[in-house]
Amino acid sequence: MTTVPLLSPVFTPIPLQLSDFSVDYLVSIIAVTLQVSLTAVALATVAGVALAVVVGFTDFPGKRLVEAVINTGMGFPSVVVGLVVLIMLSNTGPLGEFDLLFSPGAMIISQFILALPVVASVSLSAIESVDESLADAAFAAGGTGRDVQVAVLREARYGITTAILAGFGRAISEVGSVLIVGGNIALNTPTGERVSFTRTLTTAITLEARKGEIETGIVLGVVLLALALTVNALGNALRARGES
Amino acid sequence: MQAAGAGSALGLAGCLGGNESTPTETEGDGGGGGQSDDDGGESSIGDGTLTLATTTSTYDTGLLDVVNTAFQNTFDITVETISQGTGAAIRTGRNGDADIILVHARGPEDQFIRDGAGVNRRDVMFNDFVIVGPPDDPAGINGMGSATEAFATIAEQEATFLSRGDDSGTNVKELNIWEEAGVDPSGSWYQETGQGMGDTLVQANQAGGYTLADRGTFLATQDNIDLVIHVQGPLQDGPAILRNPYGVIPVNPAVHDNVNYQAAMAYVGFLTSPEGQSIIGDYTANGSQLFFPNALAEEPDFAQYVPQDYGGTSAAREKARFQHWVDQVVPDDY
Repeated sequence: MTTVPLLSPVFTPIPLQLSDFSVDYLVSIIAVTLQVSLTAVALATVAGVALAVVVGFTDFPGKRLVEAVINTGMGFPSVVVGLVVLIMLSNTGPLGEFDLLFSPGAMIISQFILALPVVASVSLSAIESVDESLADAAFAAGGTGRDVQVAVLREARYGITTAILAGFGRAISEVGSVLIVGGNIALNTPTGERVSFTRTLTTAITLEARKGEIETGIVLGVVLLALALTVNALGNALRARGES
Repeated sequence: MQAAGAGSALGLAGCLGGNESTPTETEGDGGGGGQSDDDGGESSIGDGTLTLATTTSTYDTGLLDVVNTAFQNTFDITVETISQGTGAAIRTGRNGDADIILVHARGPEDQFIRDGAGVNRRDVMFNDFVIVGPPDDPAGINGMGSATEAFATIAEQEATFLSRGDDSGTNVKELNIWEEAGVDPSGSWYQETGQGMGDTLVQANQAGGYTLADRGTFLATQDNIDLVIHVQGPLQDGPAILRNPYGVIPVNPAVHDNVNYQAAMAYVGFLTSPEGQSIIGDYTANGSQLFFPNALAEEPDFAQYVPQDYGGTSAAREKARFQHWVDQVVPDDY
């Protein structure tokens, strides 16, 4: 029975709130979080914008259906994505030989699947909302089909940046799938410190909540929020520069 | 009240082995397969990593941080620990997605062995389960010497009871007790959380409900909740049904040829060695020993290798074995 903790003030400074958190441990969690989310979003941007360009610039039967599927994809429950990726990557699954389960690679795959529809859908609506007259003008000015597309994309770049940021928001705040396919693993250093292997800020929060360390979880939540804000601010700055 | 608990974990952190003694090491980016600079020339076994699927109770208590660090420093094998419920951990092992499991539900463990999914099971350690609830004890079970009687009373009073409902070792034990008590729990008082032990304790605390907890997790979480022990387990003269033995089982390399079997056997060897056993025995949280090592015995103990009813072993014998460990290992004043 220890009574000492009851005497400690409710509002202790952050280092004390972090209980058994070392700075290195926290930094490693942030590094894994950023590494996984940024990689997944970079891949989702390439694939998503390409998809949006294909769907946005061509007419084909079933185009509405494809758009509906992409839009529905934005609402995919992340745990379901996690389970599907788990089955695929499991040793008994079709991609088992790549030995990706419980690694950052598996987390990137599941976050890619989650971010892709978001990037594609928002990019697509950005492309489609570019005024027809711009395409007409480009065409009238003697542009080829490609020139017209470049002009439209240039006009839609604001919306596409928003799409990338939205995809990043989806990826970094997501917990269900990375918990399942990543395993929330921290390694131990030779001195017994923890260092994240597949533990992200969100999965670290679930661990702290499970242990009843609510305050530590809140602090991690604040770090996550700060991280998301920073990335968004950078994105916005980029966007603003592009505007001028 | 609850908010004040955060500082206490500092004390726990202090117990996590003498860190900071050698500040020279720095881990790269998590991917590395062992980086001890003073290893005795041992080369990595397999790919140098061991994937351990285990229960939340061994991880959340902090025990594995200490055990795995010592293991890594001895063998230069990086341990990747996935903490799930026992049911999920066994499933992970069964799929060949882990190299070894460390769990606490003998029934499912036996099935794992019977199915050929695991080989070379060893007993590692034990503690017990306790029935915890709000301090004011609305169902009036405090001090009961029988877990089944306590459960029956909770059902009769329809006092809120939170079940893990997640196929974990604790959940399996809880369902065993209901069965023994002849009660089929149902109604709005019986709630499945579907979450880990810590989550469930926190929820029971909020809901003013009872739950079954392993003593280790309860002791480690105690500072963050107001719940108290109403029915003790066999470590403190409670009923034998509340026993909680842990076993370690490598995944069968004949079934999954990708598993790092040599590393798994090294882990078994370490856990059941005098060194590993004393690390387990020395580990404390909030001043209490959480796990009691039971792998070392001069007498042969065949029951640990085979399913419980294999070759004449039985549940009654299991009970007797557990009592034997309690008598041998747990101090009289625990």
